[in-house]
Amino acid sequence: MEIEQIEILDFLKRHSPFRELPADLLEQVACSIDIGYFKAGSEILRFNEPLHAFHLIRSGAVETFRRNGELYNRLSEGGFFAEQGLLRGGKVRFPASALEDTLIYLIPDRMFLQLFDESEFFADYVEVGYRERRKSSKAREQASADLLGATVSTLLGRVPISIGSHASVRQAAQLMSEQNVSALLILHHGDETAPDGTLAGIITDKDMRARLIAPGLDSEIPVTDIMSADPATIDHQRYIFEAMALMLRYNLHHLPVLMRGKTVGIIAISDIIRYESQNSLYVVSSIFRQQTVAELQSVVPDVHACFLRMVNEDANSQMIGSAMAAIGRSFKQRLLELAEAELGPAPVPYCFLALGSMARDEQLIFTDQDNALILDNRFDPALHGSYFEKLASFVCDGLAACGYTYCTGKVMATNPQWRQPLRVWQQYFKTWMEQATAERLLHSSIFFDIDGVWGQTQWAEQLQAQVSKQARHQPLFLASMARNALQRTPPLGFFKDFVMEQDGKQNNSLNIKRRGTAPFSDLIRIYALAVGSDANNSLNRLKDIIDAGVLPKGRGEDLRDAFEVIALTRIRHQAEVLRQGREPDNNVLPEQLSEFERKHLKEAFQVLSNAQSFLKFHFKA
Amino acid sequence: MLYLGPNQADKTQNDNAITDWQRYYQQQAASVEHSLLQHFYGAGMVAASTPVSQVSFVALDFETTGLDADSNSIVSIGLVPFDLRCIYSSRARQWLVKPRFKLTDSSVTVHRITHSEIDSAPDLSQILPEFLSLLAGKVAVVHYRYIEREFMNAALQARLGDGLLFPVIDTLDLEARLYRAKPLSWWDKLRGRQKVSIRLDASRNRFNLPPYRPHHAVTDAIACAELLQAQINHRFSMDTPVSELWC
Repeated sequence: MEIEQIEILDFLKRHSPFRELPADLLEQVACSIDIGYFKAGSEILRFNEPLHAFHLIRSGAVETFRRNGELYNRLSEGGFFAEQGLLRGGKVRFPASALEDTLIYLIPDRMFLQLFDESEFFADYVEVGYRERRKSSKAREQASADLLGATVSTLLGRVPISIGSHASVRQAAQLMSEQNVSALLILHHGDETAPDGTLAGIITDKDMRARLIAPGLDSEIPVTDIMSADPATIDHQRYIFEAMALMLRYNLHHLPVLMRGKTVGIIAISDIIRYESQNSLYVVSSIFRQQTVAELQSVVPDVHACFLRMVNEDANSQMIGSAMAAIGRSFKQRLLELAEAELGPAPVPYCFLALGSMARDEQLIFTDQDNALILDNRFDPALHGSYFEKLASFVCDGLAACGYTYCTGKVMATNPQWRQPLRVWQQYFKTWMEQATAERLLHSSIFFDIDGVWGQTQWAEQLQAQVSKQARHQPLFLASMARNALQRTPPLGFFKDFVMEQDGKQNNSLNIKRRGTAPFSDLIRIYALAVGSDANNSLNRLKDIIDAGVLPKGRGEDLRDAFEVIALTRIRHQAEVLRQGREPDNNVLPEQLSEFERKHLKEAFQVLSNAQSFLKFHFKA
Repeated sequence: MLYLGPNQADKTQNDNAITDWQRYYQQQAASVEHSLLQHFYGAGMVAASTPVSQVSFVALDFETTGLDADSNSIVSIGLVPFDLRCIYSSRARQWLVKPRFKLTDSSVTVHRITHSEIDSAPDLSQILPEFLSLLAGKVAVVHYRYIEREFMNAALQARLGDGLLFPVIDTLDLEARLYRAKPLSWWDKLRGRQKVSIRLDASRNRFNLPPYRPHHAVTDAIACAELLQAQINHRFSMDTPVSELWC
């Protein structure tokens, strides 16, 4: 029989995390709901009052607040609140009031707790703590590892072409020509040894050449005479790398694929190469085979395909960021090889530097080039100046041709200021830390993420060691860095199709780099400098920071998870832009985000915002 | 509830003249003969001066075979208890009842209640004890009172030999007070101005209440309860005496 609260049930069926619940449980929920009406401006929940229901917005809009009266969240139809209070002692933690005339569905506490116990999805969706989600992120990593090992069935294309074992070589050759295939399966037909239709052998173009034409045999002989009998096969559920290993071991170009003992396809070595061409390792090795800048440019689509594939396979931000950085480094290295081939060997040793996101192994697709040159101390501008100027131009122009746009701040080796002998660099770094100015702080935040990619890379390490030794003893410098890092703040969250700011103002889009990943890596850099970490990658820095024990317990882990949420949002946005062939940007539109993503992003922003407050306090910024 | 054209909505005849329902209930309790009705009136009624914030309500919706209570009958009843703090939809009740008069095909299409469902439904007399106990002592809230009050009165007259009268707040009447207070002037008509609709869905829409699927008794009762909350919040106050609203 149909329940009486059908309108309530219909509403629940349209909204997560309810619509995912089993039908009988959902009906129980619908039958348990009471309804509250609140006029715009009226109070819904008052701090510390007893709380008996989970609040789900049926219509209207609600604002929730911190205890100090600061806006905490703004919610509309389908939004919910009061879960923290119910999970922690049954008292109101975030007071709420109606922004518009609002109807609230009140789910009684016992029903809410039952849902929380019975549905893991519901619990994950509703629970605000990061500890619970860490469990699910482990499951995600497992899933991505499984996906990275794709199975043979993903490579299967057309139905395999076959012929009976009674056919002649000529008939086989005719069929292969008709079907335009280079390999043909031979199936048992009227043989006593095996049932009809089972695999007897395989014959390829190469077999025809080597076993028929070269020895001068008659093409009317049975195909079984020259086929490879009982060939190696692979089950469709095995991993691609297993197929690859098999083909390498036996030097096979074709491998029949079986499903429940029946042949369902043939994979050729070219299928595997095509698949692997989207692999970052393949892209890197292909970069080093290119002979000109134009040829290097032709690799760019492979870079994009590789990026998309990693995103599709749910790789984490560190895997993607380091793969893209490795590719970017390879472009630089190959361009330097080409430059030296054209300009001749360098007159004095040098080190080519990657800075910023590439140095941090956090590079994505749409990124500008930040680079510089350290020259040997024997560098003489009159003698060597023009060589390095040309070298720098060659590399920077080449990078621009390959999609790494010129740096608008002119942080490039083509800028004479950033093409200096080691001792000048050492002096730069010293001055930046000892006499900070606005401009020098900006330089610090760019140049302190440093990675030598070519030549005397130990010089980059020396500069880095200088920073990690000196910075932590410069409290004024750290305070100024912290002040700078606090200038870019995350938004509060989302409301309808808007980005909501801390002061309640609403914007149409969110620059996820400026408001998310950038302030995050700024924050982590300062702590890294303070604890003398010599790591470049933000997550590795965070490990050092956690080990150094400067953060309250658990805060470092929260930061790590929040960083991942924000970084992945940016990555997914770039993947979407790439798929649609749009102009690259970092502007995420709220309507592109699912409720689930919004909720997690909001929490991640909260973690970042809290960490910024703590940073301010910690460094007296 | 049923769709009502503008003509029916303008109907004003037949209203009783009772204003002191508390006294009326006391009188009835002493004079009625049937024990069900004695209990019903015996539960009493709030005084006319009671602020609405202290009143317990039940929203009612009847689905009927037609509009005239003398030749049509009730097929389903939806009931939702509420007060101005909360609508207790978890305690909503709905009954299908077998009509005294035949179900027409056109009303089948409106209510989506089929002949076979009706055939297995009980007679109203079987659900009366429960229904009356839920209504006892409460102020009924309906959208267009001539359906619920007259059909219940007629049904009881036929079964118990005695009618039933109870105070009702009519959310349609509250809308009519505002939008039907004076007829459209010639100037309004000249400008093509139309009467503001006071139907349930149109009235709810004016208060930004969400659209619901109509002609389901409990849903319509909930819709009506929500509408009264909005009306009181926007046009009256928590201290408004219930006598200003009931009739």
